Amino acid sequence: MTVAHSRNDFQSEVIAKTPGGEALLTCLQCGTCGGSCPSGPDMDHSPRKIFAMIEAGMKEEVLQSNTPWYCVSCYYCMVRCPKEIPITDIMYTLKNMAVKAKYYDSSDAPDFSESFIGFIEKYGRSFELGLATRYHLTHKPLSKFSYGPFALGMLMKNRVSLRPERIENIDQLRAILDKAKSLEVV
Amino acid sequence: MRYGYYPGCSLGSTAAPYDVSTKAIAKPLGLELEEIHDWNCCGATEYFSIQKTAAYALVARNLALAADQDGLTQLAAPCSACYLNLRKTDHYMGKYPKIGERTNEALAAGGLSYQPGSLEVRHLIDIVVNDVGLEAIAEKVTNPLKGLRLAPYYGCLIVRPTLGDESFDDPEYPTHLDGLLDALGATVVDFPLKAHCCGGHMTQISADTAYELIRRLLQNAADYEADAIVTICPMCQLNLDAYQSQVNGHFGTSFNLPVLYFTQMIGLALGMQPKELGIGKEIVSASKVLKKIGADTEEAEAKPQRKKRDDQSLPMPKV
Repeated sequence: MTVAHSRNDFQSEVIAKTPGGEALLTCLQCGTCGGSCPSGPDMDHSPRKIFAMIEAGMKEEVLQSNTPWYCVSCYYCMVRCPKEIPITDIMYTLKNMAVKAKYYDSSDAPDFSESFIGFIEKYGRSFELGLATRYHLTHKPLSKFSYGPFALGMLMKNRVSLRPERIENIDQLRAILDKAKSLEVV
Repeated sequence: MRYGYYPGCSLGSTAAPYDVSTKAIAKPLGLELEEIHDWNCCGATEYFSIQKTAAYALVARNLALAADQDGLTQLAAPCSACYLNLRKTDHYMGKYPKIGERTNEALAAGGLSYQPGSLEVRHLIDIVVNDVGLEAIAEKVTNPLKGLRLAPYYGCLIVRPTLGDESFDDPEYPTHLDGLLDALGATVVDFPLKAHCCGGHMTQISADTAYELIRRLLQNAADYEADAIVTICPMCQLNLDAYQSQVNGHFGTSFNLPVLYFTQMIGLALGMQPKELGIGKEIVSASKVLKKIGADTEEAEAKPQRKKRDDQSLPMPKV
């Protein structure tokens, strides 16, 4: 099998950070990914175009786009890609890189993820009410009204925990996560 | 049959009825579900977005705890996102040695380790259909769901990705839930969008995007005259049920489709009371629909809905 070579540092980095990422070099630009994508119409660039942009070394444009953040992780593209490119995993890589490069001024999405994991690191379990409150109050206070009926319904049906649940061995989890972070390849 | 049980965070809060109904049907189905002691969150789709090594380690702590628990070899997850994260981490740790090594190095900081492949991660629907078996379930049915038109909704993460190994159902047109509902005596409606996405966390990122995905699913189920949608995932249930009135407000539609868990349908068919199965906690009331099978949901008649706000009149954030 002949293996193509990556054409720029950005592409090499994306490949290195994605398990099975070498398949990216075999992208046919067929567009099956974009055609399968449920949120494709709302993305700045379709996945197909993002892969062409990666090949063209357009790092800033790629990492500033909303495309990876609008990926809903449905994996349709991934099971349909004729070259078996791990597309969803590449989207995760792009998100990781965008967060590190702080290329996301216009998007709320990274902060949603960060608020979510903040609670996990503190308690070991997710905490929807805290997440919703923290995320929405810092990011979209005006939209609170539109969430009113949703929140009220959930509270009335007793489907929201009012208090976070903390795991017993939270120190063990924190030690594991701290170690993992120190091993993260930058 | 003995399984490790990883309920996941949702089953303790937004999806409590899923947990209640799972536990209620376990005994009659002969399933011994043993909760993993001190399990932690799987990270959903968020942790992988920020830090991959930590995300694998977070999931792997659960795998390590489960594998250490009295010789468990099978791990049952009712939530599709938990199921995928557990399965994917186990698979990637084995397939990509670097991920395996790094994850175990992180686990070692907490005195744990995990040998990939030690556990078989299974979704609850897989266990119910393939281990218990449809025939055995059909034999236990005392209150067939006769006359109920149900749309079987799978969502994404139980059938995709395929991860190189065999997936227990088809990634595009799964049929496990169809077979189960049929065995319970219900009329299973055709539901072409059965494995399409409910929007996941997009309700929080871009509500407009999410509402459209939810609308398509509700429309599709309504087109095929379903009485209710039956789901196997807490996120799908939440999006289709709790956001249904917002979707109606956003598009001027009038969907009124209850969204129930497959475990609740099993319980009803086995003659259990709706209350034992957490029925009544859904936002879109199922009480009218369930009267068709004579189930008394003991719920006050649906309260008059609050007047919907017009989403368009508010400054929705645009990303």
